[in-house]
Amino acid sequence: MSDVLLDVRNLSRRFDVSKPWLNRKLEGLEKLYVKAVDDVSFTVNRGETFALVGESGSGKSTIAKLIVGLLKPTQGEIFFSGQSLARGLSGAEARRLRRRFQMIFQDPLASLNPRWRVTDIIAEPLRVFERSMDDRARRLRVGELLTLVGLSPEDGVKFPHQFSGGQRQRIAIARALAAKPEFIVCDEPTSALDVSVQAQILNLMKDLQKEFGLTYVFISHNLQVVRHMADHIGVLYLGRLAEVAPARDLFEAPRHPYTRMLLDAVPDIEMTGRRRKKVEGEIPSPLSPPPGCAFHPRCPFANDRCKTEVPRTLGGVACHAVEEGRLSDLVQP
Amino acid sequence: MTEPLLSVRGLTVEFPTRHGILTAVEDITLDIMPGEVLGMVGESGAGKSMTGNAIIGLIEPPGRIARGEILLKGQRIDNLPPDEMRAIRGRRIGMIFQDPLTSLNPLYRISDQLVETIRTHLPMSQEAARKRAIQLLDDVGIPDAARRIDDYPHQFSGGMRQRVVIALALCAEPDLVIADEPTTALDVSVQAQIIDVMKQLCADRGAAILLVTHDMGVIAETANRVAVMYAGRIAEIGPVREVIKDARHPYTAGLMGAIPRLGENLDRLQQIPGAMPRLSSIPQGCAFNPRCPKVFDRCRSHRPSLSQAEVGRQVACWLYDGVTEA
Ligand SMILES: Nc1ncnc2c1ncn2[C@@H]1O[C@H](COP(=O)(O)OP(=O)(O)OP(=O)(O)O)[C@@H](O)[C@H]1O
Ligand SMILES: Nc1ncnc2c1ncn2[C@@H]1O[C@H](COP(=O)(O)OP(=O)(O)OP(=O)(O)O)[C@@H](O)[C@H]1O
Ligand code: SF4
Ligand code: SF4
Ligand SMILES: [Mg+2]
Ligand SMILES: [Mg+2]
Repeated sequence: MSDVLLDVRNLSRRFDVSKPWLNRKLEGLEKLYVKAVDDVSFTVNRGETFALVGESGSGKSTIAKLIVGLLKPTQGEIFFSGQSLARGLSGAEARRLRRRFQMIFQDPLASLNPRWRVTDIIAEPLRVFERSMDDRARRLRVGELLTLVGLSPEDGVKFPHQFSGGQRQRIAIARALAAKPEFIVCDEPTSALDVSVQAQILNLMKDLQKEFGLTYVFISHNLQVVRHMADHIGVLYLGRLAEVAPARDLFEAPRHPYTRMLLDAVPDIEMTGRRRKKVEGEIPSPLSPPPGCAFHPRCPFANDRCKTEVPRTLGGVACHAVEEGRLSDLVQP
Repeated sequence: MTEPLLSVRGLTVEFPTRHGILTAVEDITLDIMPGEVLGMVGESGAGKSMTGNAIIGLIEPPGRIARGEILLKGQRIDNLPPDEMRAIRGRRIGMIFQDPLTSLNPLYRISDQLVETIRTHLPMSQEAARKRAIQLLDDVGIPDAARRIDDYPHQFSGGMRQRVVIALALCAEPDLVIADEPTTALDVSVQAQIIDVMKQLCADRGAAILLVTHDMGVIAETANRVAVMYAGRIAEIGPVREVIKDARHPYTAGLMGAIPRLGENLDRLQQIPGAMPRLSSIPQGCAFNPRCPKVFDRCRSHRPSLSQAEVGRQVACWLYDGVTEA
């Protein structure tokens, strides 16, 4: 049953944001790093959707880019069906693995080459990965893909700017599917779209998942969307995973104080009169994250231990209060 | 009865192009009362921003207001000379645009920008203006405002910058605030704070807000009434609670059904088939007719206008026109 497709182990990535060497010398400054991703581990089962949520700057896009190989990890490893995607992979091997996964970006227009016709955009992965395919077969395949995402083969001759936002995202999905991947990383695929177009795209993604057994890593800051799509959810805070849980559990009985805060802040569309809780404090600067549990300046349950000791991840939750059983009475389902 | 703070009558905005005249906004009529928040929702390209821009006199040429009137506290403002309009913008009408960075100059300290704006609009000394600026930052929830006021914009997080923009829009105590997607770029936790600040403003000062967003959750929490736009026209307008719980116009119903909700576990979201028409090819009759599940003959030939469905609720749909109700 739980057949692990993606295994992310102790993944870290930092960025050098120091001033240039000369300035540092003149002003006597140290090198400065942002820990965008810090010791993150999770697994994704084949055919499932794993969602990453968290505030702006919490490291979601960085993890996405690490998985698809657009960034190299500073530390840690990523295994894809048991094989390490570490630096040492040979060219041919890497290519064989890489064709099995794809990425969909937040802004479809920015990720589609504006000077290419839609046919050429969608055919590009075929040129890279299916070198033996002739022109005719490739055209046919592009036509099939366009139909699959609810466009028509005739749309292939158009340019991206001639489509609406939702249609462009469909083109990006068609391109992602061209090389028959098993696994797609979707970074905020519908954030730029209005709700009716969003519904079309989310339904399409679910249909494709069912039909082809696709596995998704799905990034969004919209919790309603995540609730709709995900089987498992990872909650990120300042580059670290606060909590990982099955989607249902996370929404019905959130355990980590940060997860609770996020859920309390969701707008009340049912108009039940529930007061949205005001969220205290700001996400701290990633340049100088608070010591101990990075959430402690905003956490109503913080104690002295939280201010010095980084909480370990136990049973999917990284929190001293949960570990100490201080929150158990509040978690009664 | 109190007089509406803002009154828009038959507003129509056109863009002449090589292929003829495009109508981006057509025959919009709405009132906003003092202390009221009017939400505006609708698909991308429906004309929401254009309506806001027309009210503040910022339609980019060759676009122009072709018909209609805009009244602020009973005074017409759509036909004012540019310098008089400039004096109204910022002073009597505050604006919040979506991207906080475009409204803040990265080279100036937050304090300089606030103080300058305050002094442009209000007769105040440097010190008094600075005091007021700190108070405003405090109001919008910037912690430690007195110390942070001399920071540069890049030293603030995205959510903090957006709050500075809100402070800027409020600094001359405007009567009306036009907020175009003020919280879209923010995550839920910051969103909640901003919404509180805006509601407070209405309650404290009797200001009115036109809140443009495609986030129904934000509308549900913030607005008193909501206008649903489709293809440049108002499809439905009424009290938020009623429109959300009991949508009349088939487009509104589709929009509400398309929203994923925390409380339910549906396999598929309801979707509206097709896409909104381009301005150059708006269908005859009701603009929504090719996508409408309830379409009937009359919809294809005659355009429904906004009419009273019940007290306080107006719908532009033949289903609610007394004559055709079966
Ligand atoms: N190339 C880079 N150089 C320096 N810092 C970076 C770089 N890329 C990301 N960061 C920093 O790493 C942190 C995580 O960024 P990331 O883009 O992963 O966040 P995110 O969770 O995707 O946020 P958002 O919701 O705003 O997209 C941020 O503090 C960001 O400023
Ligand atoms: N300069 C222009 N020339 C011609 N048409 C324009 C121009 N600017 C906007 N439009 C058109 O006017 C219509 C209304 O645009 P508007 O920006 O008001 O949409 P909106 O409802 O705010 O959408 P969004 O949710 O995407 O912001 C759109 O169809 C748009 O393409
Ligand atoms: S470890 Fe401490 S500060 Fe961190 S979330 Fe748990 S209780 Fe709060
Ligand atoms: S007028 Fe007709 S087509 Fe238009 S929304 Fe009403 S029922 Fe549908
Ligand atoms: Mg991101
Ligand atoms: Mg707009």
